[in-house]
Amino acid sequence: MTSQSTTSHNKSSNNSASSNRAAGGREKADKYTEFVSAGIGRDLAKRLGLPQPAILRRYSPHAPLVEGPIVVLGHGAGADAVAKVLLDWHQDVRRHATPKEKLGAIVVVLDDLTNPGGLSEPMLAIGAALRDLNKNGRVVSISREVSVEDAPEVAAARNAVDGIVRSLAKELRAGATANGIVLQNGIPAGSPSAMAALRFFLSGRSAFVDGQFLTAASEGSRQAPHWDKPLEANVAVVTGAARGIGAAIARTLARDGATVVAVDIPAAGDHLAAVANEIHGTALQLDITDPEAGNRILEHAMSRFGRLDIVVHNAGITRDKLLANMDAARWDSVVAVNLEAQLRMNKALLANESFASNGRIISVSSTSGIAGNRGQSNYAASKAGIIGMVRSTAPLMAASGGTVNAVAPGFIETDMTAKIPFATREVARRLNSLQQGGKPRDVAETIAFFAQPQAAGVTANILRVCGQNLVGQ
Amino acid sequence: MTTPTTPGIRKAVIVGGNRIPFARTGGAYAHSSNQDMLTAALDGLVARFGLAGEQIGEVAAGAVLKHSRDFNLTREAVLGSALAATTPAYDLQQACATGMEAVIGLSNKIKLGQIDSAIAGGVDSASDAPIAVSEGLRAILLDLNRAKTTGQKLKTLSRIRPKDLSPDAPSTGEPRTGLSMGEHQALTTAQWKISREAQDELALASHKNLAAAYDRNFFDDLLTPFRGLSRDSNLRADSSMEKLAKLKPVFGKSLGDAATMTAGNSTPLTDGASTVLLASEEWAAARELPILADVVDGEAGAVDFVHGKDGLLMAPAFAVPRLLARNGLTLADFDYFEIHEAFAGTVLSTLAAWEDEEFGITRLGLDGAFGSIDRSKLNVNGSSLAAGHPFAATGGRLIATLAKMLHERGQVDGRPARGLISVCAAGGQGVVAILEAR
Repeated sequence: MTSQSTTSHNKSSNNSASSNRAAGGREKADKYTEFVSAGIGRDLAKRLGLPQPAILRRYSPHAPLVEGPIVVLGHGAGADAVAKVLLDWHQDVRRHATPKEKLGAIVVVLDDLTNPGGLSEPMLAIGAALRDLNKNGRVVSISREVSVEDAPEVAAARNAVDGIVRSLAKELRAGATANGIVLQNGIPAGSPSAMAALRFFLSGRSAFVDGQFLTAASEGSRQAPHWDKPLEANVAVVTGAARGIGAAIARTLARDGATVVAVDIPAAGDHLAAVANEIHGTALQLDITDPEAGNRILEHAMSRFGRLDIVVHNAGITRDKLLANMDAARWDSVVAVNLEAQLRMNKALLANESFASNGRIISVSSTSGIAGNRGQSNYAASKAGIIGMVRSTAPLMAASGGTVNAVAPGFIETDMTAKIPFATREVARRLNSLQQGGKPRDVAETIAFFAQPQAAGVTANILRVCGQNLVGQ
Repeated sequence: MTTPTTPGIRKAVIVGGNRIPFARTGGAYAHSSNQDMLTAALDGLVARFGLAGEQIGEVAAGAVLKHSRDFNLTREAVLGSALAATTPAYDLQQACATGMEAVIGLSNKIKLGQIDSAIAGGVDSASDAPIAVSEGLRAILLDLNRAKTTGQKLKTLSRIRPKDLSPDAPSTGEPRTGLSMGEHQALTTAQWKISREAQDELALASHKNLAAAYDRNFFDDLLTPFRGLSRDSNLRADSSMEKLAKLKPVFGKSLGDAATMTAGNSTPLTDGASTVLLASEEWAAARELPILADVVDGEAGAVDFVHGKDGLLMAPAFAVPRLLARNGLTLADFDYFEIHEAFAGTVLSTLAAWEDEEFGITRLGLDGAFGSIDRSKLNVNGSSLAAGHPFAATGGRLIATLAKMLHERGQVDGRPARGLISVCAAGGQGVVAILEAR
């Protein structure tokens, strides 16, 4: 079996992984993006009407949350509460946009929306302020979940937000994104879990997340947040950590304060050791398809660190073939590694009281699992299967305070995608609202968000990290 | 005589080990230096136990085939590893027993309280072996260095003859006899009347046992891949008595029909490195690290193979009885035996000597034969015939493997499982040790 640290779009070379180490600061974008970002290239692209992808603002622990003032739109108690939280975070908060004043973000609070007519005023206010939105700016909506019990006009208004955010995300330029937070019934707009999601969307952590929604299912943790080291004192396991996205996840969790147990198959042990040593973690050589994998992971974490808080199921393989040419070995190995191993490990994890009481499980799905991909029926089965698994595992964990979520990466700049022929790659990487591929780090930052204590009320989410890829939702 | 249980002397324990897969010479590690391999073995150990940035009490390792520029090989490897740069290190060398001696020496420092943690190791590359210039050329070059005038320099250089230019490659030959290790063992094998079949059986068991250990993932936490290799490249899981029987003798050919030693029942030249993490109980407990086994005691021995009647590799036949007597134990008190398979004939000659009444009485000073061992307890996860034998790295491989086996076994008849390791070495030496399960 080849390394389990690879997933369809997500295999990264050591080179790209090591460039991710420069936590924060400006990272090198692809050559085209660099070219059209300055000088002659910029002028040329503008005149020819070529795509002009921006160099995205990515997270670093001490960088400002957003670059510029934040306008909070809305008139209800929810908007007031959100504005207060932003003030507590020492942000420059406005309740009205002033024309010509540059803005870092626009937060529109629509938790009190009761009919479609209520959308007009806040939407036109956003529209008027868009011209002043800075590069890499943010638009974040906060609205309520649509349910069959809602009155038709309430449901219509709430669901309209979905169309607005996704359209706005496609309209924004220069690295700006639009995303939404959906509050389940009874959850106040200013609740910790909604605010953790807001902070994620405002920050550079969500650089490659665009046109997406996060659902806050419960109020979340009231414990004082430590935003620079949110995972301090946590013990995290990352499977498939020897390289690529897995290595980026391990580095990001360690940067956020977690003690990381890096897991990969024994054959990838040398790369795994290098990652573990770099982040002062431990390496555990283990094939996740081993029936005892879950228990061995628990045993390692409990005996060495006395606890296990976070498990990231990143390990995955691809064995692409058209279904017409598929064989049992290809089908079975992909399903065994990508899905069945996770199901079995989760069973062991949930049976452990210490983990179950507050544990976080985060799986790596894929846009292939949402939209499908030719030649990847086996892979898409496993990645769509993960989505089903996450949704049905969430209630099992909710009772004891744990959460389970998944990320679905789109086109990520990795070793594997670097091997795609130039023209095909160039098209694939531009087919999203940000007109570029994401970095392994972008996936890792989203996972690190799901692992935060403040995200305790965020569960059963499948968050795409795809720059709003044109396929699927 | 002092035993390790003397009050005031604390225990030294084995936390775990790590090695890189062993590669046949000229194979996967053909272009890797001793320092590369030892650093990789250290880094794998550091990653397994989360020791990045930690200062270890002392690291001791060595190589048998060592270039003079590697005078500080172990310290250089530490500096290149993820360990704290403030970790002291020293090189040592006792031929094939280097790794064993490193473990015993460092354990003694831990027992005395001089250090709390240690890493013992060993490495060897027969691929990247140092090559020296001929003695004649060396003398001329040194004279050249001392020459003052151009005339003197030219005169010195004019002494060089074509024969001086052929390099002097290292050999495993014994300086005092001129015989290779294999030729020496061939004499011993014949002396103890060890059959070809018995040797081939032992070699086959080594391959089968090692392959089975890999198949049940036994080495997952003992090994870290290196240069694309994740199993020992000498391992032949599909070996058979028929295949082994086809091989022609390579050693002791002067014995004619009595020649029994082939490439199949002798260990090939190999490249590789191994490390073992040792600690006091307190140090391991403070880091919540596992404790696999205690290093109970060790003993070195030597035979006069030049003038006496003992074979070059027979020192353990004497060292083990002394070690066991000191600890009040007999061969029946052990659950596992790890007897280094330099050659199948070495293991079988040693066992034959222990079972021989005359040897026991006249050479060991006992009332009869020293004893025999239950062969089902011997090298149960394979040994050097299958894994290969990068000289200085074998001790670390054996110690870590046995420690894990003992830990898995746990208690036997109300006492900790007990294991014996025996390693023979060039120069007629040998180092043996006792480990006990935790």
